[in-house]
Amino acid sequence: MKRVLLNVFYFYRDGFREMTLGRSLWIIILVKLFIMFAILRVIFFPNQLADKTESEKAATVMEQLTP
Amino acid sequence: MFTDYLQTVDWSRAQFALTAIYHWFFVPLTLGLSVIIAIMETLYYRTKDEFWLRTTKFWMRLFGVNFAIGVATGIILEFEFGTNWSNYSYFVGDIFGAPLAVEGILAFFMESTFIAVMFFGWKRVSKGFHLTATWLTAIGANLSALWILVANAWMQYPTGCTFNLETVRNEMTSFAAVALSPVAVNKFTHTVTSSFTLAALFVVGVSAWYLLKGRETRLAKKSIKVASAFGLVCALLTAFTGDRSGAIIGRVQPMKLAAMEALYEGRTNCPLTAFGLVCTDDYTNGEQTRMKVEIPSLLSLLTFRDADAFVPGIRDLVEGNAERGIMSTAEKMERGKRVVAELRRFKEAKAINDIEEMTQVRKLFDVSTEEGSAFMKDYYPYLGYGYLSSPEEVVPHVPMLFYSFRLMVGAGTLFILILALAWWFNHKNMMEKKRWFLHLTLWCIPLAYFASQAGWVLAEVGRQPWAIQDLMPVGVAASKIPSSSVSVTFFIFVVLFTALLITDISILVRQIKSGPEKE
Repeated sequence: MKRVLLNVFYFYRDGFREMTLGRSLWIIILVKLFIMFAILRVIFFPNQLADKTESEKAATVMEQLTP
Repeated sequence: MFTDYLQTVDWSRAQFALTAIYHWFFVPLTLGLSVIIAIMETLYYRTKDEFWLRTTKFWMRLFGVNFAIGVATGIILEFEFGTNWSNYSYFVGDIFGAPLAVEGILAFFMESTFIAVMFFGWKRVSKGFHLTATWLTAIGANLSALWILVANAWMQYPTGCTFNLETVRNEMTSFAAVALSPVAVNKFTHTVTSSFTLAALFVVGVSAWYLLKGRETRLAKKSIKVASAFGLVCALLTAFTGDRSGAIIGRVQPMKLAAMEALYEGRTNCPLTAFGLVCTDDYTNGEQTRMKVEIPSLLSLLTFRDADAFVPGIRDLVEGNAERGIMSTAEKMERGKRVVAELRRFKEAKAINDIEEMTQVRKLFDVSTEEGSAFMKDYYPYLGYGYLSSPEEVVPHVPMLFYSFRLMVGAGTLFILILALAWWFNHKNMMEKKRWFLHLTLWCIPLAYFASQAGWVLAEVGRQPWAIQDLMPVGVAASKIPSSSVSVTFFIFVVLFTALLITDISILVRQIKSGPEKE
């Protein structure tokens, strides 16, 4: 089992080491994910119902459905 | 002032449209190119010819660029569901969430696991294992699309669910009914085959550029051979599934069909408008389409497989047509208002703990009782109409649909011709001499993207005003948040996605110019 895990680790390690264009692409991916999850998600996209209990969520949506 | 005009709902819609459009610039090439690469690698596996290895690696590099820049752009849409569309997300969470959860667990992990083998594994795993990984990446990418399209199809045709009054949610009663609804099956096959066609046109177009430059001639010709044959089959399948889409829309979203045809008055032996100029989207204003070129009875034939069939027009659907058994929108609004009134009655009874009143309402929403079964069949399906203020609100933007449909179908027909000619010219070794044709195939790359986007405009603008067909209009689905917060993120996305798109195109162009690895 340990051997398999080590082989998987070496597989990814060597793959990343040998990247050329892939290195730039990974930088783009990481910057993009950072902007999405650390900035946009946290600051601009709070889940409107996340901090409510199930019954509070139901009551909130019922309120919107019955204006 | 601009912000005041475009209130929260409009900003939320604009933001969703912007995000979806940009996301869709990356997806179809990923879906189609993954399959073309797998076909090329299969040729390498079978022939052992190093030429196919080099060719596969070249197209795989372009696939990698597009995949890396585009990956996770769709996650923004899920952020928007929670923030801008929280009412919608809660109301349908169980149904919408299930296909997306399956997508996340199964397809995304399968795709992302094997993509590593695809790029890192050339010298580390056997040729057979590598080929399997490449095919599984292609299958995984397309399975991701399947579940997202199933979720979208449910919004167009809500089925396999029931409404729970206590939780105020629609709950899934049949996963098979949701996943295998005619809309879901057809949406998946149409979207995927059209994406394969786009990717084939990309390969043919890039190869044509090499032929114009007199470079990489063998790679270009062999790539055209594979991509044109694959693309032609897919373009014909796209036309076939598109025909099925029209027939299904005629049954489940007749207003969308009437709007995309600018058909104001319903008729038997209804012609298909091949070309025309739509002058207004006011359905009450007489003759609307000028310079029409019509094909007699074709719309009746395509929609109902009967040249004599009656196709309802916008006026029939708004005002009703008793002779044809079409209920008026005003009647649907009355029924919708009754459902909203019952929901309000339940809410008020719950607030004062009036058990008797709550029990009465519960019976109406309980399909196991005779009264409830009738109410859920005759009234609940029109819930969304209860929020409309006038029947005309059910008419989507006619000119946008009319032209989007013609752009999509016109381009699709052209692609069948282009791909057939590309295969023929290449087969006869005439491709390099047809420079006009090489230029034409190059221009088909942006045209394919426009056609693909036009298909989504047709699907999504066509179901307006509904977030969920007949059940929830966009005005109720949107969260009550300040429009300024949505407008700020709209412009952030304009900058972010434009930067990503420019990066994608510039890296792709640079990689195409540098060409495949040296032999």
